[in-house]
Amino acid sequence: MSVAASQAPEPAAPARRRKGGVDMPPVVEKVVIPLVVLLIAILLPLLPFISDNAALMQQMAVAVAYVVMALGLNIVVGFAGLLDLGYVAFFALGAYCVGWFASGYWAYANHTKGVHFLVGGFIATREGIHFNFLLVILIAIIVTSIAGMIIGLPTLRLRGDYIAIVTLAFGEIIGRLAVNLDSVKIGAIAVTAGRQGISPVDRIDLPFLAPFTGLNLRPWYWFAVALVAVVLFVNFRLRDSRMGRAWVALREDEIAAVAMGVPSVKTKLLAYATGAAFGGMAGTFLASLLNTVNADQFQFFFSILVLAMIILGGLGSIWGVVLGAIVLSGINNYIIPDVINEVPSKLGFDFDMTQITFAIYGFLLLMMMILRPQGLLPERRHKMELAEHVETSDETLYTARA
Amino acid sequence: MEAASIPAGPPASQRIRALLGTYGLTIVLLILPVYYAIKDLSSEGDLSRLGENLVAGLSNGAIWALVAIGYTLVYGIVELINFAHGEVFMIGSFISASLIGAFGLTVESSTVPIFFGMLVALIVAMIGSGTLNVLIERVAYRPLRSAPKLAPLITAVGMSFILQNVGLLWKGGNQQGVPDLVNAQHNLFTIFGVTIENSDVLSIGVTVPLLLLMTNFIGRSRLGKAMRATAQDPEAARLMGINVDTTISLTFLLGGMLAGAAGLIYAMYQTTIWYFQGFTGGLIAFTAAVMGGIGNLRGAVLGGVIIGFIQQMSDNRIGSQWTPAIVFAYLVLIMTFKPSGLLGEQTRDAG
Repeated sequence: MSVAASQAPEPAAPARRRKGGVDMPPVVEKVVIPLVVLLIAILLPLLPFISDNAALMQQMAVAVAYVVMALGLNIVVGFAGLLDLGYVAFFALGAYCVGWFASGYWAYANHTKGVHFLVGGFIATREGIHFNFLLVILIAIIVTSIAGMIIGLPTLRLRGDYIAIVTLAFGEIIGRLAVNLDSVKIGAIAVTAGRQGISPVDRIDLPFLAPFTGLNLRPWYWFAVALVAVVLFVNFRLRDSRMGRAWVALREDEIAAVAMGVPSVKTKLLAYATGAAFGGMAGTFLASLLNTVNADQFQFFFSILVLAMIILGGLGSIWGVVLGAIVLSGINNYIIPDVINEVPSKLGFDFDMTQITFAIYGFLLLMMMILRPQGLLPERRHKMELAEHVETSDETLYTARA
Repeated sequence: MEAASIPAGPPASQRIRALLGTYGLTIVLLILPVYYAIKDLSSEGDLSRLGENLVAGLSNGAIWALVAIGYTLVYGIVELINFAHGEVFMIGSFISASLIGAFGLTVESSTVPIFFGMLVALIVAMIGSGTLNVLIERVAYRPLRSAPKLAPLITAVGMSFILQNVGLLWKGGNQQGVPDLVNAQHNLFTIFGVTIENSDVLSIGVTVPLLLLMTNFIGRSRLGKAMRATAQDPEAARLMGINVDTTISLTFLLGGMLAGAAGLIYAMYQTTIWYFQGFTGGLIAFTAAVMGGIGNLRGAVLGGVIIGFIQQMSDNRIGSQWTPAIVFAYLVLIMTFKPSGLLGEQTRDAG
């Protein structure tokens, strides 16, 4: 701000006109949106007491898992400003951790007697490898953090668009591996079950609690909410930590940040690793909830869905991301398939709404970026930055060139 | 001075890095052909299979070169990856396939109607794709010129998704056959045991004149000069009286036209089209552009041919289901070893 002001010495600065952007009325901005968020924050944990509808429970549990995922991507894209288009890779790795370490998939492990670790009850007698779910989450966190760093390494020297493409390439490679490793076998069993999928996988079984079942979805929902609470706490603490400030500094101006002593390599790698770990956590939960690990789940589309969530909510804004994730997963899992699916055919067109889901998200990304790039619930710093860019728009063309 | 007489070179680690930066990519590129050449020589005693891979790779690569030029032109002028470019290529395929269907051309048609029908399809596909690309720039990129760099990239992804769905609704979710007008698999002649097919001739025969036209236009004409000036420094170009907006539109038009031409060749070459071809094709062509050095026209052509070759090798020897993964792995390798590409200078983003 001060730099822009010193360049253009006009003391009586006119009201900042936001060219090409839409500001909501102050009432909406200051009162309505925060109220909605507050309402969601209060209602979400209480939902199981309000309704007992199994389909709704399932959808809400998925939505809450998407919140975890979006919060993870938000660290990479929102905080550190590294556009990651291959986030689905971490979903895949987390899910395969469940498929490999908590299912009957490796039927011949330990001479068909199975490998069991901290599991009890019925599962302890089954073949395959069965680890306790908390342990699987831990494994997933380790695996995805390492994968995140590996994906981050080639992008360290790059900036901007290149990072997006390299991460996209990595995401596609992982997706391809998930499909193709079906033909590569360890012993008698393929590494991944490809499009057929690894199913069933173990349900979550926590110590001191009855094992989760597919019939009663309430515990799943509670577990997801607990996961979000943990992730939210970590996110807030990280944002205000030294590391969080380093991420934002790198996002705002890498050269200046490095000159101020921010270690760029370490900071970026940690952003990738943290974001990936959250993705992996959500992946394990989703795999167990959906009871399958299937290569068809790990498409590029998923990366864009999560990206659209954080853009809708507001890049870098934690509450915004929560809002965006819930709204979009509602649109994705409920409104498009159940509410407006028939609309085009009623209007005489020959397609369903579910067919054009891609276009809906594409349109959403486009409109958000043009009309309200700061998102529904903007991060304060990001909003300032966007406004500042508009002020100096006459001097820049796409990017200012040094 | 004694110290001055001994030239103190950089430390060994830095020299190794520099060496890797210069030759690493070349070595990585040579691994596949050299490996298969040795394997062929030892098992079959001649290199005709490798030669066939090379020819097919060349004609396949010509298509990717045309698409890659679109990426490179746009990147050169606005420093933005036009993520929707692959979809422009896909729409080009769809336009030409629809036209060929509308003309009622089939395999049985005689040569003259086929030739003129394809010529008209080529021109219409080029104009259609070019216009589409200009519209994309108007809608998705121009309003965001002053925004942070993340913004136009995200709208580019959004645009690409919208166009993919347009393709999906237009031709449906399955692969669609295109009449094999040029008899693509027909063996035209054989040199040194390497057969040249009709499709190879078509692809090279359309690509080379287009490339010559393009380089001449950019190198010789007034508008081409304006493009180069804008790419170098938009601010100075504007001060010299160049209409920067028009020049940018022109760049998108040219890139889109080449993608449209590539779309027609692809439809004839593969005889199937699919709404998803733009996504994979776009990424492959982008890899080609980066391999050659983004912003560099000759580099895009070279990269396209190399990627076409890699793709053929992988399709033919490893299995086509692995091809995208292999091409993307090359993309990552290039980014690691030499982000500026084979012929590119260092750019600000890929330092």
